[in-house]
Amino acid sequence: MSLPYVLAHPLGRLSLESLPFWQMLQDPSEANVINGVIATGAASMVVIGAIVTFALITRYRKWGVLWSHWLTSPDHKKIGIMYVVLAFVMLARALIEALLMRTQQAFGLGGGFLSPDHFAQLFSTHGTIMIFFMAMPFLTGMINYVMPLQIGARDVAFPVLNSISLGLTVAGAALVMISLCIGTFSTGGWFGYPPYTEATFSPGVGPDYWIWSLSLASLGSTFTGINFAVTIYKHRAPGMTFMRMPLFTWTALCTSILMIFAMPPLTVATAQLALDRYLGFHFFTNALGGNMMHFANLFWLFGHPEVYILILPAFGVYSEVVSTFSGKVLFGYRTLVMATMAIAILSFTVWLHHFFTMGQSANINAVFGIASMLIGIPTGVKIYDWMLTMFRGRIRFTVPMIYSIGFMLLFVLGGMSGILLADPGVDYQVHNSVFLVAHFHNVAVPGLLFGMIAAYHFWFPKAFGFRLNEGWGKISALCWIAGFMLAFFPLYALGLMGMPRRTVAYSEPAYVPLEMVALLGAALIILALTALIVQLWVSIRQRNANRVFAGDPWDGRSLEWSISAPPPEYNFAMIPRVTDRDAFTVAKEGRSAYQRLDTYEDIEMPKNSAMGPVIGAVGFSLAFGLVWHIWWMVILSFLAGMVTMIVRGFARDTTRIVSAQQVRKEHHHWVDALASVTAISRADERTPANDGLAQHEIDGVVP
Amino acid sequence: MVALLAIFVALPIFVLLPWFAWRYRYGAKSSRYTPKWAFSRTLEVAAWSGPAVIVALLAVLVWRSTHALDPYKPLASGTPALRVLVIGYDWKWLFIYPDLGVASIGVLPLPAGQPVAMQLTSATVMQSLQIPALGSQIYAMGGMVTQLHLQADKPGRFMGENTMYNGDGFHEQRFTAVAMTPDAFNDWVKHTRAHGMALDASTLKLISEPTTRAQLAAALGQRQASDGGIYFNHATSDIFSNVVMATMNGAAAEPQTAGLAATSTATHVVLNATPPSPEQKP
Repeated sequence: MSLPYVLAHPLGRLSLESLPFWQMLQDPSEANVINGVIATGAASMVVIGAIVTFALITRYRKWGVLWSHWLTSPDHKKIGIMYVVLAFVMLARALIEALLMRTQQAFGLGGGFLSPDHFAQLFSTHGTIMIFFMAMPFLTGMINYVMPLQIGARDVAFPVLNSISLGLTVAGAALVMISLCIGTFSTGGWFGYPPYTEATFSPGVGPDYWIWSLSLASLGSTFTGINFAVTIYKHRAPGMTFMRMPLFTWTALCTSILMIFAMPPLTVATAQLALDRYLGFHFFTNALGGNMMHFANLFWLFGHPEVYILILPAFGVYSEVVSTFSGKVLFGYRTLVMATMAIAILSFTVWLHHFFTMGQSANINAVFGIASMLIGIPTGVKIYDWMLTMFRGRIRFTVPMIYSIGFMLLFVLGGMSGILLADPGVDYQVHNSVFLVAHFHNVAVPGLLFGMIAAYHFWFPKAFGFRLNEGWGKISALCWIAGFMLAFFPLYALGLMGMPRRTVAYSEPAYVPLEMVALLGAALIILALTALIVQLWVSIRQRNANRVFAGDPWDGRSLEWSISAPPPEYNFAMIPRVTDRDAFTVAKEGRSAYQRLDTYEDIEMPKNSAMGPVIGAVGFSLAFGLVWHIWWMVILSFLAGMVTMIVRGFARDTTRIVSAQQVRKEHHHWVDALASVTAISRADERTPANDGLAQHEIDGVVP
Repeated sequence: MVALLAIFVALPIFVLLPWFAWRYRYGAKSSRYTPKWAFSRTLEVAAWSGPAVIVALLAVLVWRSTHALDPYKPLASGTPALRVLVIGYDWKWLFIYPDLGVASIGVLPLPAGQPVAMQLTSATVMQSLQIPALGSQIYAMGGMVTQLHLQADKPGRFMGENTMYNGDGFHEQRFTAVAMTPDAFNDWVKHTRAHGMALDASTLKLISEPTTRAQLAAALGQRQASDGGIYFNHATSDIFSNVVMATMNGAAAEPQTAGLAATSTATHVVLNATPPSPEQKP
């Protein structure tokens, strides 16, 4: 690429042809029109969504609030909420894509309506979004919100870095979103195997969008992992020893460790692929010493631990939910901790099972197959321990509990199909088939997604001060469970019938009935999402009836329930002293909860910083410039990023003081409010009578 | 067997979980309630050892079956294996019978009862060959050679496919494995030797274009046979080894020439006068 060429093309590869409706206008054949209309519709949703959001913020004059109270806030609680909002937005897009794919396949006997390229973009963005821009932000947001509260900390260890992680993740998500409007996304699937994604075979911008959105997200996640791990190591309240940490915090720690070790291989793999594509290196090419298996190794060295990065926090949520709503101490705490750690370590020993069929020796395959099955042991133990927690409990079927029970039953099936796939003999038969698709959705949907939605219902009252509507929550939960079963159980059968994954069309009429059932399941899942949105709307409308300012709507057991809902920005008026597991239950039993303090102290909190949004914006424009070969944009963004970091290096005044008086005022306001509410028994938990204060134990009987 | 053992772990959960959920629901005031009960050595040992014993049993099974079903392991048989060299193109498989001098696209004729020893490579991106009814699958990768052994015990027609996404024509990269009696197979070989197209440089060049089988048939100026196959003669093992070497040396993959990626393969194949033997994948 010569200098005159670069000067003559200031917008790089960008041209009118990059617009989603251009091909349809140039060549209005039926297929082009159908695909053009769908692509343009999707792009318009993004554009209209953005315009409406901007208009509403301007109309209600909220730009100032948005900037100073949210975007630049280093508060872990607000960052957590923003992560979860991002996760829901991306979930909506990826679910619509899933519905589109299911519709295509239901009518895919000999054709269907989508072009192969369009379909390939759909499965690539669906996977990429669900893993990197739905699941990761969801769990990162939940950990962000809950973990510092559970360990009695005021914030994470590096609040501004936390904001930067969010900025980078949002930049990656924005890159995937803008690929709907300008250009096309990769067709190489969520794992983007070369040489297909090399410039030789995919010269367009698609794989570049994929590479840079993943790079941004993986950097953000590495920082997040470091941030969480340091927070848990260094910022626990006095007395909170490791073996007194709530299980959710334990899973957060294991996930953070996995992030620290597993994310860099991904960053390296995508960087090497970028070098291949941009500078003609030969890491993964067919020729000149390149070897695509290196990519497979690096990617799955990230990819398999990633599976446990996703699932472990959900396991933590289930531990909290089952214990709380069974009104019991968690059974086998020590065992659950050991099982979590065992899973974290074993997760690094199994990556090769993703390519049993690449031709390595039977010895290697057998060893990795057995290692994969080993993970079944601690996972099985966890399910037994949750069951034993329910045993002789007083179980309340709240929405999070419904998700938990659905998870336990469905996840066992996913685990069983996993054991089957771990047998190389079976894998040779169903590798790359929709059986595999059914398997990983069977563990990811009931495992991760149900866990995160349960967490959303469980901690929503803590974050916003009012409970979510129970009725709509139940409708949504049942739609999720039924929809999941209808959508994915048929895929097990289709996989055994030899249907490969990622196929836009097929020629076997026997597939059609099962595909129709799966389409029905996908429709139910869309209903479930709609019910979640309706639930949020209804809950906001009814918020005054369902307030739980006292802060403990579920008779909670850990420290996050010991403060008001929503909590003050500094979380705790005084850092609690911990003497045992289930610290808040212990305090309630010892009548030491809800105390006024004798003295109050000034609290030092981090100041707002524009680093997060600025680095996010710079990251986005850098990546966009790289995707389209707009070199001046790349250079400017890179310089802007450097300057931002250097300027930040000179910032000395990074904290501010919340005065003792202010803390005293807020704390007393809360304790006074407690006096005016009635403590309720668990029978009234889901009624407006629940003000967030739980009845104490009476004669050894928990109400 | 594996499934049975796995069910053994799962069954208690399916039975006990709903029962616990019902028996110890909040409304059932008569059921026993032990809010502080958090440990039982017996139950903990059982929870760990149950799955551990089953995984230990599974490990033995997996070790044996993995070795027994290793696709690289030649099948025990009284008859010597039929060699087939498989080249994955976008978006069709070329099957070369080097010892018989014939080749086919779209149909894989096999003699029933005789083991087949396949060697596979790809002229383009990664692909994965599978004939579900005959078991097993293996990837085909550029510049590398993999192996697959299989056998059809009885005559029949079996769907074969590529399971690894490789672009627009992916869903049409299917073929039919036709297992026939040895006599019928010999007739097919004779007929193809006499009436097939010559697998020469110009034909190979057309095959290496990114086209589906139907597009290729049109480009070759012939209709597909009634069974969907395109049959060739003058097929040698050199074609296979040339593709491996050309792909490895980069003749097939000049950067920034997408869509025509594999076009130079064929020219290279004919230019390469002294082909080396197929490379084994390291």
